Amino acid sequence: MHPFNYYDPRTVEEAVEVLKKFGDRAKCLAGGTDVLVQTRGERYELDAIVDVKKIPELTSVDWTNDHLIIGAATPCYVLYEDPKVCEAFPGIIDSASLIGGIQIQSRASLGGNLCNASPSADGICSLIVHEAECVIAGPNGIREIPVEEMCVGPGKNAMDEGEFLVSIKLPLKNSFFSSSYERFIPRNEMDIAVAAVASSVSLENGKISSCRIALAAVGPTPIFAEEASKMLIGKEPTEENIKNASNKAKEIASPISDMRGTVEHRKDLIEVLTRRTLSKAVERVSV
Amino acid sequence: MVSKVKKSEYKVIGTRPIRHDGYDKVTGRAQYGADIKLPGMIYGAVLRSPHAHAKIKNIDTSKAENMNGVFAVMTAKDLPRLTDKQRGNSEESGSEKHLSENVMALDKVLYKGHVVAAVSANDVNTAREAIKKIIVDYEVLKPVINVDQAMDKDAPILHEDFIGDHLGKKVKNTNIATYNRYKIGNVDDAFKKCDLVVEKEVELQTVHQGYIEPHSGTAIWDEDDRVKVWTSTQGSFTNRDSVSKVLSLDVSRVKVTPMEIGGGFGGKIPVYLEPIAAVLSKKSRRPVQLVMSRTDVFDASGPAPGGKVIVKIGVDKNGKMLAGYADIRLEAGGYPEAFIEAAAKCVFSCYNIPSMDIEAYDVLVNKPSSAPYRAPGSPQVAFATETVVDEICKKLDMDLIDFRLLNVAEKGTRTALGPKYRKIGLKEVLEAAKKSDHWNSKLEKKSGNGKVRGRGIASGYWFNIGEKSAVNLSLNMDGTVILTEGSTDIGGSRASIAMQAAEVLGINAESVRPSVVDTDSIGHTDVTGGSRTTYATGYAAYKAAHMLIDEITSKAAKIWDISEDDIKYKDGIISSRTDSELNMTLREFADQNPFGPVVSSASVDLEEAAGGFGTHIVDLEIDPETGKTDVIRYTVLQDVGKAIHPSYVEGQLQGGATQGIGWALNEEYFMSDDGKMLNSSYLDYRMPIALDLPMIETVLIEVPSEDHPFGVRGVGETPICPPVPAISNAVNDAIGTRILSTPIKASKILNTLKSM
Repeated sequence: MHPFNYYDPRTVEEAVEVLKKFGDRAKCLAGGTDVLVQTRGERYELDAIVDVKKIPELTSVDWTNDHLIIGAATPCYVLYEDPKVCEAFPGIIDSASLIGGIQIQSRASLGGNLCNASPSADGICSLIVHEAECVIAGPNGIREIPVEEMCVGPGKNAMDEGEFLVSIKLPLKNSFFSSSYERFIPRNEMDIAVAAVASSVSLENGKISSCRIALAAVGPTPIFAEEASKMLIGKEPTEENIKNASNKAKEIASPISDMRGTVEHRKDLIEVLTRRTLSKAVERVSV
Repeated sequence: MVSKVKKSEYKVIGTRPIRHDGYDKVTGRAQYGADIKLPGMIYGAVLRSPHAHAKIKNIDTSKAENMNGVFAVMTAKDLPRLTDKQRGNSEESGSEKHLSENVMALDKVLYKGHVVAAVSANDVNTAREAIKKIIVDYEVLKPVINVDQAMDKDAPILHEDFIGDHLGKKVKNTNIATYNRYKIGNVDDAFKKCDLVVEKEVELQTVHQGYIEPHSGTAIWDEDDRVKVWTSTQGSFTNRDSVSKVLSLDVSRVKVTPMEIGGGFGGKIPVYLEPIAAVLSKKSRRPVQLVMSRTDVFDASGPAPGGKVIVKIGVDKNGKMLAGYADIRLEAGGYPEAFIEAAAKCVFSCYNIPSMDIEAYDVLVNKPSSAPYRAPGSPQVAFATETVVDEICKKLDMDLIDFRLLNVAEKGTRTALGPKYRKIGLKEVLEAAKKSDHWNSKLEKKSGNGKVRGRGIASGYWFNIGEKSAVNLSLNMDGTVILTEGSTDIGGSRASIAMQAAEVLGINAESVRPSVVDTDSIGHTDVTGGSRTTYATGYAAYKAAHMLIDEITSKAAKIWDISEDDIKYKDGIISSRTDSELNMTLREFADQNPFGPVVSSASVDLEEAAGGFGTHIVDLEIDPETGKTDVIRYTVLQDVGKAIHPSYVEGQLQGGATQGIGWALNEEYFMSDDGKMLNSSYLDYRMPIALDLPMIETVLIEVPSEDHPFGVRGVGETPICPPVPAISNAVNDAIGTRILSTPIKASKILNTLKSM
């Protein structure tokens, strides 16, 4: 393993400075559940590891009038142990409470999950269906991008050298909105998704007024299945309508066959999971 | 937990004391293989082949040698060249040459991960960086990765210089290391008399034992040419034997100290890193330690053979078995030994079949050289046999247990390899299964949530072994006893051995303090494997305890100046049979005894061991939309002879069932076409976790062995044999189709359902 320096900046500006200096020879450390494993596994060689947990914005959870702002390094358990967050963002909580196991959840963050940009990431689809925005700091200041634009390839995110993720902004929804995330794994825990789906819906007067469906592990990045989502808008959440959208999601999925699953199995699973997550989200609104 | 253990005449045996090594293990104080740290110790790393099959044309180590911090670099040229001489010890055999070349490849690599060179340096990182500077020139060859490819007439040959044994004939240029045939009676005639013949072929993927502790090796080669080794091993004497062979040293020059062992299941019998550590130590003049990563363990230790098995069984119209045929093809990996003789012994072991014909092939493939894994060879053949049995019952509309009882093997039944069974307990196991709560509970075929359910049952067998063990006892002045033994303790054997000595001595289990010692400190003891330890080392402890009583008797007679015949020893009290005034506790005797240390030493070499039979019942639930299977109820019933420490017996039964469930549902070496295992991590090699399993219920049936004073039978291996067929049979019960290749994973189930 190549030797590297450890930095623990206290402000966003300090962090940008170190990251800019080392360019692609530096990586941010949040919970470390990906970056430490990858460094030890010699997936890349680093000169600097920049621990961002000591920057206050990175680990805070703040409510504004219209957003919940989650610091990028906030561990998953902080979210699912907060009843207010659980009530407002059920899909996010589905994700946060099944990433890795309990030990991993006490370290790993949704921000890290997003930056790691794994096609099978458990956190990203839920962020997509909640219309999350990424708050990115860099040498040119702060910019914001929709979360579905963050992943650009397996393990590749949209940030430039010197940039890092400060927080994730989740728009607050009304009580007619809900969401759900479900993945298929061969075991019952501690596993990586063969295929996964997050869905969100808003129900107004018995009809779906908004819908977002996102798919994981069936393409080079998590996929916002926009066409499938649109199909349901203005429709009633009937079994047939949900089934049609699910079949569309299956069409959109473009998986590969590998040790974790076959193309056929993954596409079949997308249909099943889309159906199940849509129904679950609808059920959660109704409750 | 349902454990029906009869009230017994014993005071210690059958109780559940806290294991002697328990405190060290739960507090993390126990020292495992890589925990040993020696003064001046440096670290090693090995270079592994990226190819599954290649010739080594040249190795250039010069750049690594010149690196700062590097002490030494070695290749196979630093090892003595060994011959084809066969070596064998319990659960391990093969030629000396192959033993050495599996440790480090000389001119050919036979699997991905095969070691080609090693480095020692002052820290691990430097050693790993140095490894990258070694340049190996390979001529890459086409690999063969399964039995069909290997047995193809145009197959690339792994060992050009190797001579195979095909029914006693010497054959060159073959990947079939051994082809054996075992016949009893006239099978062709017997099949002609059958009213129903069922034949099934099953396929199994390579699986790994998955012990939590990776292999390690720490060694120092001193100026007197004595080699000391610290390692995690199932057999310190077997390890010493292998290390001394690879290094061409007399065994007396090698001392192996066994550390605590974090699981083995058979896989910690071979040596991998120990001889390399020794040679690096000689060249570096420092103690050297090497440790495998998890990926190294998957790529290059000894998994269980995959392969193909065909079984054909014929019955008359009443369901009585008349004939059996088996074709067993198992993958040995890069070097011979796929346990085909064991597989042949086990394939029809549960049944009384008058005529049998078994063909068995030990097939070389470009995968790591297989090692024993819990009843090696038996789970593979049980899958085929128990599938056929299940199918015959369906075809004849016979009860699954009644059919098995009709054909059950018992004392006197002739086995496939000739000898007749001594007292065995399969009949009792099946009768218990028939009466069990699980078997008599109704299984709703459909759950409320759209899932389908099925129940399966299967039996399995392991013959168990005896062999050599030694035990020393020494009486402390406080009346407690030190017990030293050479069996490394994997599953609670310190407790089960100490309890047998305690029973004889009539004292508490806690009053016997067991220690597992190094090879200089105890008589030869064979591996902790073959389910032999509680049986054979326990037998030695029984003998040693009786000898200790003889010592006590003789010294007590001297103290009281009475005849030895007048001394009575019972429950830790020494007394005179004739003079009621004369009595003392063991502690009083130990404190007062003026006649020198009270010690005893016993050894055994047991040719026979009593076989172990088990029957498993499983209920599972399948999601027909995703193919996901959940085991919802599981019961293990097994003849355990006599459960010395029932908790550890139950643990063995649960552990074996768990590994078998993993084998059945998810575990496999997922290989690329060029012979590389793609899922060599615990993330993608999916062993069951706690949430994947119900509480595994155990029913201990005690049919005492005739070969052991307390009736002990080996229990550790049998329970991995029934799970694969039990689950496959349950899948068939749930969805109406058999999936006859492991793993029976979700995608296969869904594909099968879609094609129906």
